[in-house]
Amino acid sequence: MEKQNEVLEQVIIKFAGDSGDGMQLTGTQFTNTAALFGNDLSTFPDFPAEIRAPQGTLAGVSGYQLHFGSVNIYTPGDKCDVLVAMNAAALKANLKNLKDGGIIIANSDGFDPKNLRLANYPDGKSPLEDDSLGKYNVITIDVTKMTRAALVDSGLGTKEIDRAKNMFVLGFLYWMYNRSLDITIKFLEDKFGKKPAILDANLKVLRAGYNYGDTTETFRTRFQVQPAKMAAGSYRNIMGNQATAIGLVAASHQAELPLFVGTYPITPASDILHELSKHKSFGVKTFQAEDEIAGICTAIGASFGGSLAVTTSSGPGIALKGEAMGLGIMLEIPLVIINVQRGGPSTGLPTKTEQSDLLQALYGRNGEAPMPVIAAYSPANCFNTAFEACRIALEHMTPVMMLSDGYIANGAEPWQYPTSGDLKKIDVKFATEKNGENFLPYKRDEKLSRPWALPGTKGLEHRIGGLEKQHETGNISYDSDNHQFMVRMREAKVEKIADYIPQQTLDSGPEKGKLLVVGWGSTYGAIKTACKMARSEGYDVAHAQITYLKPFPKNLGEMLFNYDKVLVPEMNTGQLLKVLRDKYFVPAIGLNKIMGIPFSAGEIKDKIVELCK
Amino acid sequence: MDTATTSAPLFTSKELVTDQEVRWCPGCGDYSILKQVQTVIPELGIPREKFVFISGIGCSSRFPYYMETYGMHSIHGRATAIASGLRATRKDLSVWIVTGDGDSMSIGGNHFIHLLRRNLNVNVLLFNNQIYGLTKGQYSPTSEEGKVTKSTPYGSIDHPFNPIALAMGADGTFIARSMDRDPVHLKEMLRKSAAHKGTSFLEIYQNCNVFNDGTFEMFTEKATKKQEALFVETGKPLLFGQNNELGIKLDGFKPVVVNINENGNSINDIWVHDTSDRVKAGILSRFFDSPEKEGHYPRPFGVFYEEDRPCYEDVMEDQVNQVIAAKGKGNLDKLLRGSEVWDIK
Repeated sequence: MEKQNEVLEQVIIKFAGDSGDGMQLTGTQFTNTAALFGNDLSTFPDFPAEIRAPQGTLAGVSGYQLHFGSVNIYTPGDKCDVLVAMNAAALKANLKNLKDGGIIIANSDGFDPKNLRLANYPDGKSPLEDDSLGKYNVITIDVTKMTRAALVDSGLGTKEIDRAKNMFVLGFLYWMYNRSLDITIKFLEDKFGKKPAILDANLKVLRAGYNYGDTTETFRTRFQVQPAKMAAGSYRNIMGNQATAIGLVAASHQAELPLFVGTYPITPASDILHELSKHKSFGVKTFQAEDEIAGICTAIGASFGGSLAVTTSSGPGIALKGEAMGLGIMLEIPLVIINVQRGGPSTGLPTKTEQSDLLQALYGRNGEAPMPVIAAYSPANCFNTAFEACRIALEHMTPVMMLSDGYIANGAEPWQYPTSGDLKKIDVKFATEKNGENFLPYKRDEKLSRPWALPGTKGLEHRIGGLEKQHETGNISYDSDNHQFMVRMREAKVEKIADYIPQQTLDSGPEKGKLLVVGWGSTYGAIKTACKMARSEGYDVAHAQITYLKPFPKNLGEMLFNYDKVLVPEMNTGQLLKVLRDKYFVPAIGLNKIMGIPFSAGEIKDKIVELCK
Repeated sequence: MDTATTSAPLFTSKELVTDQEVRWCPGCGDYSILKQVQTVIPELGIPREKFVFISGIGCSSRFPYYMETYGMHSIHGRATAIASGLRATRKDLSVWIVTGDGDSMSIGGNHFIHLLRRNLNVNVLLFNNQIYGLTKGQYSPTSEEGKVTKSTPYGSIDHPFNPIALAMGADGTFIARSMDRDPVHLKEMLRKSAAHKGTSFLEIYQNCNVFNDGTFEMFTEKATKKQEALFVETGKPLLFGQNNELGIKLDGFKPVVVNINENGNSINDIWVHDTSDRVKAGILSRFFDSPEKEGHYPRPFGVFYEEDRPCYEDVMEDQVNQVIAAKGKGNLDKLLRGSEVWDIK
């Protein structure tokens, strides 16, 4: 039978199954294939906190959402077009996010009485067999049976055979979207090169899935999604944490300083450590400390000795590092603190995303302890942000906090990667000579930063510490005038950084008008898409995404007052909102979502429309 | 820290004195320790600018301000972690950690044990005065049970740490004890600490004459020292007493105090100290009873245990070098590019 080809601009697929079903891998493979084909894309992995939650239950559902298209893509998408459900729980957990008329690809074996019971379907009645899914296009495949049939002669055990199930689904989707199998074949060869039997089995099942689509007469339509029209250049696919890690290595290279990372594993930041520990050929030293405090303290030690020193964590770990951050601020040494935010408070929602640590970053230390704070807005932007955090730390002699979050840390997108020649040099000067009759460790330059004199430098022996310093000499001082002077000096030094960062720009929209949407961090894609949608419907809306949260760009206040209204969407109860109102007395309006999941563009668009009416 | 032997010191003790006024209470044991450290450091053949003293919080932690070297007075309990990061990245430096019983045994206990197991080549000087001095007299994790202090008016109910045994348990590679009141012994222990490659842990009994005066006097004062302190030295029998007439004999794993001149005992029966014997060092570390207790053992001073084990920073550097040897030096453009790229024209 003749198959039809339908051309689509963009598609959102949700891969969902049990934690052990390999959905993250399936999603990643499809993503890489789409990326290399030239689609623009954005992804959102969504997995349970438990490594092996009880099989078949709603708690154990692991998902991976991919949004790809021939147009520019800024978010993983709101509702999906295709839902892959490996079992009943996966269907139940994700059905509400499927568009009406969307496609469900269901593994019928995952809908047996046991799975139905675990997914809380009443009376064990399968949704595949009643008419409850009438408004969707349901494709039921017994993936388990097909996989076993394909491997009947493989000599592998049932357990090993069943593990290849996800390849069948992947193969089928490749057929459905006219994709080549090459990328995945190469991946499997690299992964299982030393286990030929497993490699063979995976390849066989992948092809079986593809051929199933091709030969079965049930499926008549295939879809085409053309490459996107992106800026000319070379691209790769990248995840946020990976981009952060590479940004740190690049900064170390451009500053000509060795990179030291003192850290403690924590979700969702650990992948930065994993990535960096692979790059020893760059001289990177990773130190997995005994706790969060030792993580930052070893970094302080390394910074004192002249390394580019970094510590990485998430909210709970950042709380533990608070006192040491204060020490870093008193010592006035370069230090980069990376907070990959997650749902809080306390242990909160470790695998879910949130932006609720902004006030912690700005104010969460004892005493007046000002620290620059910058935020990444997308997976690829983590590279630039990590690099910039290092630049500010090194050129201004200060701890800097970089904010990322679980959403962009684990999300992926195409990245027009730079070459080393595109990267700025980071200017580091160590003190080599006395700057007075005696060496004055707290004598300041035009940036108000102090000299970095490394142990081992003859004649510059000096002591620094957490006690209040006398201006210039750095000696302990309890003098009241001096304390007030130094408190204001540390604040002025951080504010001075505003002279060395770019002005705030608009991402889109008119320079003056009815409404400005101000975001920070990972809300970028959703706000950008929402504004585009609203403008296409004739609403007068502009968008600015703030990278520099402390200090703010100098022109930010002026920009805010160019609009009748200011909307601040955040995945918290209104933290940036509070800061903007406090600093600029602007009557900004909040749009707040604290559900552990990112905004959809639609939610923001609705608010824009409401405020513009 | 390795020491190079040189004949003429590169600098004098006087050149280690800073312009800062020393602010410990008059009569504090810290003065003696400072003096002995300032005496030993110039002997080590290392340039002054290569020394770094890192401390936490407490009376002892003021120490770096009084040493004309590089120094950091950090935060409570964290000197060990900060020193680890420094030494891991700067193998050319001689790193010294100055800490107290509150700083290293209580709030910084975690970093202390992890430093010992990693065995970075640094020196830990634990000023143990069995009291919180800076906060004005609360009991510490090394205070004896029943101790009456400001925070324990009815006596402490905490069982104390035995720092030497704790260090043994954490697989320390150099474990020693000395006292503020015996400058000759203290200097010798400082020299041995400096000579050890790996983390050297030196517990120094230090008298706090304001809040815990005389707590170690049984070991430090002439009248009782010979009876209560057991000075151990590798290759020598464990002897003590007014005329070295008492010795420790091992009956299986049980130490027994005997008089070598009585009951047919001989010096040949006495346990000969061997700093490389982990099992015996473990037994010795347990000589920790209160001198008031009937049948107690004398308190040992000297090097309990020493072993040669690779240092963390050396292995860390070796690993980096091995990867570079195998893969070549990292190429930033290759890293930026990754493995799969596509072009848009």
